[in-house]
Amino acid sequence: MLTEEELKEIDEHVKQYPQKRAACIEALKVVQRKRRWISDENLKDIAGVLDMTTDELDSVATFYNLVFRKPVGRHVILICDSVSCWVMGFEKILDHIQNKLGIKYGETTPDDKFTLLPIPCLGTCDHAPALMIDNDLHRDLSVEKIDEILEKYK
Amino acid sequence: MEKPLTKNIDFNRRPLNLKDYEKAGGYQSVKKVLKELGPKQVQQIVKDSNLKGRGGAGFGTGMKWGFVPMGDDAPKPKYLVCNADEMEPGTFKDRLLLEGDPHQLIEGMIVSAYAIQATTAYIFLRWAYKVSASLLEKSIAEAYEAGYLGKNILGSGYNLDMHLHTSVGRYMCGEETGLLNALEGKRAQPRVKPPFPQVCGLFGKPTIVNNVETLSNIPHIVNNGAAWFKGLSLSDEGGTKLYGVSGKVKKPGAWELPLGVTGRELIFEHAGGMQDGVKFKGALPGGASTDFLIEEHLDAKMDFSSLQKFGSRLGTGTMIILDDKTCPVGMLHNMQHFFAQESCGWCTPCRDGLPWVEKILKSIEDGKGKMEDLDTLSFHTHYLGPGNTFCALAPGAMEPLQSSLKYFKDDYEKHIKEQRCPWK
Repeated sequence: MLTEEELKEIDEHVKQYPQKRAACIEALKVVQRKRRWISDENLKDIAGVLDMTTDELDSVATFYNLVFRKPVGRHVILICDSVSCWVMGFEKILDHIQNKLGIKYGETTPDDKFTLLPIPCLGTCDHAPALMIDNDLHRDLSVEKIDEILEKYK
Repeated sequence: MEKPLTKNIDFNRRPLNLKDYEKAGGYQSVKKVLKELGPKQVQQIVKDSNLKGRGGAGFGTGMKWGFVPMGDDAPKPKYLVCNADEMEPGTFKDRLLLEGDPHQLIEGMIVSAYAIQATTAYIFLRWAYKVSASLLEKSIAEAYEAGYLGKNILGSGYNLDMHLHTSVGRYMCGEETGLLNALEGKRAQPRVKPPFPQVCGLFGKPTIVNNVETLSNIPHIVNNGAAWFKGLSLSDEGGTKLYGVSGKVKKPGAWELPLGVTGRELIFEHAGGMQDGVKFKGALPGGASTDFLIEEHLDAKMDFSSLQKFGSRLGTGTMIILDDKTCPVGMLHNMQHFFAQESCGWCTPCRDGLPWVEKILKSIEDGKGKMEDLDTLSFHTHYLGPGNTFCALAPGAMEPLQSSLKYFKDDYEKHIKEQRCPWK
């Protein structure tokens, strides 16, 4: 069941478009913000609100990189694997994170703290390598900096 | 040297709020067009300025606007959409305008929307630009409060609503028609053209999609005129351009410069030259989907027509440098992995061809390549080239591949002969 608050927020987005379904990406974001990921039940509820079938909404949800249809940890690490970050040595940063946290791409740490995912270019190539954790952008990364950055997240 | 786009930008302070932006001459162009100019006149000024779209394709902005049906019989509502998806790898120029001077973009959008008589405008922003999102929300609210947006703007009778849409990520959203599908709450697959969006776009209505940098230029063109705009440039194409450089240079960054500076100036003056211990080997002039330039091309003007002479193109104007200590095959593998992953899967050549290319590059890089692999790669550059796919994604992916096969052939052959990556 979606909360009253979620329904109200979705309704605000619906008002910005001439068709209800146009707000579906915003609606997925509203629900994911509170619950971290979109379960089958959430999907069905959102589809119902927007007069879409569950399959129609799932075809949208699974198309985009940042709608999570599987559970993720409290913090999602999105590491840029695109060309400028690659030239500037992102692979060393990736190896270090994987070794330190003991997880590979797509996995979550056993304490449910971090999920690690690759992400295309973050648009900060003059400060490569870069990654995002939740809403925070971290740039000009080095192996030493990574330890310090990960400490900040509880 | 005049820098109209970045004159208000100073990252040591917060971007200008509406009041300070107005004090710096902001929103003058909105007042000017609503009082003095008809929509067609605004279109003509932009057409005369020879402003070419700054998203990468370089299509004339005024000409694009000219395809929108005008007059009382035109379908309504019409839409203006700002493409702020900036997902081309190696591109970080629109971020500068979004985070540095959000009101400039909003002003440009109001004038542009008026020129095509659109009554709703959307900013399609990529998810990663969190700072831009909050700045734009705040700035749009300020513009509503000051009467620059909403009903009967400045008493002119013209109405315009503006909304921010933040995406959930996918390279295809940067493609004009893919973006429109995404805005409608669908998968960001490309649409068949014609009909072009100018006639049948968002929700089936006439729609213009313009890039952030393109729209940010509009207030200055309207205020100062087409001749002034043309005079900013070192080329016969008008204006300044945001150029950028990333890779192993001393001072990577983005700068507003006259359109038509050379690659050499960009790399060796503005970006401070190569880092100690590495040499320049090649450059992608405008993002991952442009053809490599090499040393002999660096004295050419970085504008839309000059780079075409070498089989490349300006693209987004943000350069990615390949140095002699970085493996070109590895770099190509990285980019083709990106393109294969971001293919929407709609048309077969792109969906099946790109992963094939990626696999071949991986096997060459891992020391398992065969000489005939180079023929297979070369075959793909034609088979996935212009005219054989539904949109420009795969042809774009083939640009760095075809030019790397031309300029760095020795490096590919060395990988295959030695059955290893010489850079590892």
